[in-house]
Amino acid sequence: MLQVVDLACRRGDRRLFSALGFALDPGVLLHVRGRNGSGKTTLLRALCGLLLPEQGTIRWRGEDIRTLGDEYHGDLLYFGHLNGIKGDLTGIENLRIAATLDGDRIDTDDLWRALARMGLEGFEDLPTRMLSQGQKKRVALARLVLSSAPLWILDEPFTALDKDAVVLLQTLIANHVDAGGLAILTTHQEVPLTSGRIQRLDLGTGFDTEH
Amino acid sequence: MGRAFLSLLRRDITLAMRRRTDVLTTLFFFVIVVSLFPFGVGSEQQILRQLGPGVVWVAALLASMLALERLFAADYEDGTLEQLLLTRHPLSLLVLAKVTAHWLLTGLPVVLIAPLIGMQYYLPETAIVAMMLALLVGTPVLSLVGAIGAALTLGLRGGGILLSLLILPLYVPVLVYGAGAVTAAFTTPAESQPYFYLLGAFLVLSLILAPLASAAALRISLE
Repeated sequence: MLQVVDLACRRGDRRLFSALGFALDPGVLLHVRGRNGSGKTTLLRALCGLLLPEQGTIRWRGEDIRTLGDEYHGDLLYFGHLNGIKGDLTGIENLRIAATLDGDRIDTDDLWRALARMGLEGFEDLPTRMLSQGQKKRVALARLVLSSAPLWILDEPFTALDKDAVVLLQTLIANHVDAGGLAILTTHQEVPLTSGRIQRLDLGTGFDTEH
Repeated sequence: MGRAFLSLLRRDITLAMRRRTDVLTTLFFFVIVVSLFPFGVGSEQQILRQLGPGVVWVAALLASMLALERLFAADYEDGTLEQLLLTRHPLSLLVLAKVTAHWLLTGLPVVLIAPLIGMQYYLPETAIVAMMLALLVGTPVLSLVGAIGAALTLGLRGGGILLSLLILPLYVPVLVYGAGAVTAAFTTPAESQPYFYLLGAFLVLSLILAPLASAAALRISLE
């Protein structure tokens, strides 16, 4: 479903990786591993199309993501280092806008249910800037509950989450993969899957520099 | 697609309403700049009349610039801009929604307060009507063209100054024809018509091109 051919990325003068290639089928979890500065985030951003790789192509369902453009973005859910939520808006408002932009038709009850599922009962109506780091992250991750996108790209989704939330997120990812979805994530911890396959990608090390 | 446009527009308006000071700052800035001139050049009716159209337009340009820097910066900092780039909707449409919100919050208040300013400068009634119309057509152009600059300077250190240097020269045609329309209406309203046609042409052109250019600039800025 997702095919990466001869990919090379560069950040400034430093070549992060080159000749990277892999193919992912539905129902696979790709666990990208590597030390700090090995290019995990860069790879994920390139896979989203946010970053133009130096070389190589990325194909989604057989077509280059550059030509697919917004069509590809519709199949994609990206969760980056920044939560992508507005501090002045409440959890419900944030989630409603995210869902509308994702193109999902969702009624208000579903939004409340999604936030409740993320363990945010009682915090739905508060501006998210009043919430703790972990709670903000939970609001942002509530998109995963509602999402119908087949491809999830998650960059360090487990940071700042407590034990319960980690288990919840693991369940969400496992369900997604179970349902034939694709998930790509970077994390320093293991994700146990109930079913589906885990592929691992170790990005070349040898760089000690951290950002 | 329409729903995405509306929901983003509504989001930006809601955000601005929750931080009302940002909106009021722009409006007060406009009013204060315009009101300073009579103190400086004296209250001679003839002089003020001549200065009025130009001063109002220059102040409108600067007021529009003031909020421009924040147009994409806030979304850039909290990661929502990244998410906007990754939706199934064309980015230029979403940019247009943000620019519309910017105009409703900075351009429209200026248009509405214009008659009061006009009276301060002893402008005749025909000129005040022309000024409101010219601002109504011209200020959206400022927001649209400004968005390109805001997208290009996104994430740069000292981007604010660079933005002014980049965008203010592009505002010159709007300034010339906007102020011209008001001055021409002093004698007979019909004389300002060609100016309006030109302003209208600017608006159509920037409506078509500016969102595309801003979207392209945003993609580069976020790489």
